[in-house]
Amino acid sequence: MTEQNKKFDTDPKTTGHSWDGIEEFDNPMPRWWLITLYICIVWGIGYTIAYPAWPMVTRATAGLTGWSTRADFAAETAAQQAANAPFNNRLETTDLAAIPHDPQLGPYAVSAGAAVFKTWCAQCHGSGAAGAVGYPNLLDDDWLWGGSLEDIHTTVSYGIRNDDSADARYSEMPAFGRDELLDEHQIEAVVNYVMSLSGSPQDATMVDEGATIYADNCTACHTENAGGDRSLGAPNLGDAIWLYGGDYDTLIETVTNARFGVMPNWNGRLSEAEIRAVTAYVHQLGGGE
Amino acid sequence: MSNSDQPASLYTTRDPVFPRRVSGKFRSLKWGIMAVSLGIYYLMPWLRWDRGPALPDQAVLLDLAHRRFYFFWIEIWPHEFYFVAGLLIMAGLGLFLFTSALGRVWCGYACPQTVWTDLFILVERWIEGDRNARLRLHRQAKMDLRKLRLRLTKWLAWLLIALATGGAWVFYFADAPTLLWDLVTGQAHLVAYSTMALLTATTFFFGGFAREQICIYACPWPRIQSAMMDEDTLTVGYRSWRGEPRGKHRKSVQADRLGDCIDCLACVNVCPMGIDIRNGQQMECITCALCIDACDDIMDKVGKPRGLIDYMALSDETRERAGHAPRPIWEHIFRLRTMLYTALWAGVGIGIIYMLFIRADIDLTVAPVRNPTYVTLSDGSIRNTYDVRLRNKHTDPREFVLGLTGDPAMYLVLEGAPDATVIVPADSAQLQRVYIVTPRGTAASTADQTPVTIWIEDHISGERAHRDSTFNGRGQ
Repeated sequence: MTEQNKKFDTDPKTTGHSWDGIEEFDNPMPRWWLITLYICIVWGIGYTIAYPAWPMVTRATAGLTGWSTRADFAAETAAQQAANAPFNNRLETTDLAAIPHDPQLGPYAVSAGAAVFKTWCAQCHGSGAAGAVGYPNLLDDDWLWGGSLEDIHTTVSYGIRNDDSADARYSEMPAFGRDELLDEHQIEAVVNYVMSLSGSPQDATMVDEGATIYADNCTACHTENAGGDRSLGAPNLGDAIWLYGGDYDTLIETVTNARFGVMPNWNGRLSEAEIRAVTAYVHQLGGGE
Repeated sequence: MSNSDQPASLYTTRDPVFPRRVSGKFRSLKWGIMAVSLGIYYLMPWLRWDRGPALPDQAVLLDLAHRRFYFFWIEIWPHEFYFVAGLLIMAGLGLFLFTSALGRVWCGYACPQTVWTDLFILVERWIEGDRNARLRLHRQAKMDLRKLRLRLTKWLAWLLIALATGGAWVFYFADAPTLLWDLVTGQAHLVAYSTMALLTATTFFFGGFAREQICIYACPWPRIQSAMMDEDTLTVGYRSWRGEPRGKHRKSVQADRLGDCIDCLACVNVCPMGIDIRNGQQMECITCALCIDACDDIMDKVGKPRGLIDYMALSDETRERAGHAPRPIWEHIFRLRTMLYTALWAGVGIGIIYMLFIRADIDLTVAPVRNPTYVTLSDGSIRNTYDVRLRNKHTDPREFVLGLTGDPAMYLVLEGAPDATVIVPADSAQLQRVYIVTPRGTAASTADQTPVTIWIEDHISGERAHRDSTFNGRGQ
C-alpha cells in the first residue's frame, strides 16, 4: 500500500484557477487514455482516406475502397431478386388455380403479393384492403367483376375503364338525370324501388312506379332480380354492400350522373409473377371464390 | 511533500505475480470445483437426450437458428423466454445470498476467470516449475534456448486449452458431433470460427497474462459486492491481535514478546492476486483461501494453533480481542438477511418449476386484425378477422379443431380450411387466419364490442387451450 502511494503525488499541482476556494487539479492524462486517443486519430485519418468523408464542392470524396450505401443496396437487392427468381419462374409457369395449394409457392405468393399490394394497391384500396367510398373493399364476398383467381388476375392485369389497355374491363351506366333520360320524379321513384330491394327504409308509395321504371331502364345490366351482372361489371343492388353509399341522396346522385370508377392496368408496370402474387394475396383476404 | 517538475504518472506497471504451490483443504476444494465445473463445461454438449425423430438429440442446445432452447427434458420457446429471465434473477439472488454469507466466494472458487487462471497457473507450474523457478526465469534477461523452449511450450499448452474453451462454447449452439466434423474439415459457418477465435484469444489473454488485473480493473462485480457484505459476513482475514508483532522467531530475540506470525511471507507468496492479507480486507482479495492453507501449514510446522489466517467475520474481532471465542459459523450464516435472500431465491425457483409444470403442450395466441375492424358481407352479416398462432409442442404433428364460445349466433370460418381443423407440424407454430361472422340483426352485429373466446382442441390427446378476444360490431 505504502509502496503504491509513493507513486502518486499526494500534493499535486493545480491549474492556478480558483473559484470560491475550489481549485482545479492539473493531473496528466493517464497513459492508456492518451494511447487510445492517438490510435483513434490514426484510425480516423485512415478511415477518411478509405471511406467517403470530406465534403467537396459537388460531392464528398469517394474514398479508396469505393464503398457506398447505394452500391450496397443495389447488391442486396440483386441478391434478393436472384434468390426469388426460381420462385418467380415457378409462379409464372404454374397454373393459377394450383398456386394457393402449393406448400412452397402458396406462402411465397401471399408474402410477395402483400408487398406488391402495399406498394401499388394500398393508395386506393387501403393498406388493409378495406377500400373506401368509390374504391371496392377487397375483403368482403361481393365482387363487381368476379372474385375467382382468374377474374382477379384479369382485373389486375388490364385494369378497369382505362385507355391504356385494349383489354381493360368496361362498364357503362347512363347518366339518367344529366342526359334527361328520366325526369326527377322518375329518378326518385326508381331509387325508392332500389332501396326496397335491400330492405332499406323507403317511400312505399313510389315503389310500384319505380319497379316499372327499373324494368324498363335497369334490368339490361342489373338484371330483373337486381343481382347484377359480373360480365358487365354491374353491381348487385339487393345486397348490403354499396360502393358509393346506399342512402337516398347518394343513390339519387348515382342515378342522375352515373359513376365511373377507374383502375390502371398493371401488366405494363408489374411483372407477371408480381401480378400473380398479388392475385393470390387478394384471393385469400376473405372474399376469394 | 514537494512538487517535482515532472507530473506524476497515473500509470502503474503490473508487478507480475508468481503464486507458489500450496496444499490444504481449501486447495483440495478448489481442485474439486475446478474439475467439476470444467468437466461440465467441456462435456455437457456431448450428452445426448432422445427427443424423437423431429427434434435434435443434444441434451443442452441453444438452437438460435430454430429459436428453441433445449435443456434435457425442458424445451423453451421464444415466447417462454421469461424462464431464462427467471434463471438469471435466481443467479443474481444466489450471488447476493452467497456474498452476504460468505463474502466473495463466487470470485474465489467458481468464477470462470478464477477457474481458468488457476488452470493456467497449474500448467505454468508443470512446465516452468514452482514460484522460485518461475521468478528466476522471469528475471533472466537473456532469451536463451531453454527460456524460449519453456515459454513456447507454455504458450502452446495455454493455446490448446483456450482453443478447447472456445470450441466447447460453440458446441452449445449446434449439434456437437456434426459441428466438430465441420470445424475440422473447414465446412463450418464463419460465425463458428470467429466465435471460437474470439473466445480462444480472450481465454489465452485473460488466463495467461491479464489474470488478476481482470478482477481488479475490468470486473465491476468486486465493487458491487462490498454493498452485499456486512460485519457478519464470513470472509478471509488475518488475526492481527494474535499475529502481531510479527517477526522471525530467532533465539536472539525474545520470542515471547512476538506474536504468532513469523513473517515467512507464505501467505503472500501463494496469493494469486499478489496482495498481503495481513493488511486487512482489501478490494483485490478474491477470498480464494489459499493463504489459509499456506499459513495453517506453517503454524503446524512451528507448533502454533491453526487459524492465524482464517474465515472470520468483522463482528467477531472485538469478541476475540477481548479473549472470547468467535460465535459459531451457523450464527453468521443464518441471519435475517441471508434468510430473506434464500426466501426470494426459492420463491423465484418455485415459481419457475410451477410454470414449467402448468404450461401446456398446445397453445394459441389471438391477434385481432384491426385494419379494418369489421367487414360487412353482402348478406349484411358482420365479419371480424383474427390472426391465430397455433403452437404444437408435441414431437408429432397434431390436428387441432378450432371452436368458438360466446354469442351463439356467431360462427367461425377458417381461411383455406373448410372443416375448421388445422394440422400443425411437430414442434412448430402455424399462423391461421380465422373469421368470426355474426348474421345481420344479431346483438353482436349492432353492439360496439362483444367478448368472444377462441379455443383449440387436440384431436389425439383431447387437450384444450383458449384465448379471449373481442368482436367488433357496427356499433349502431
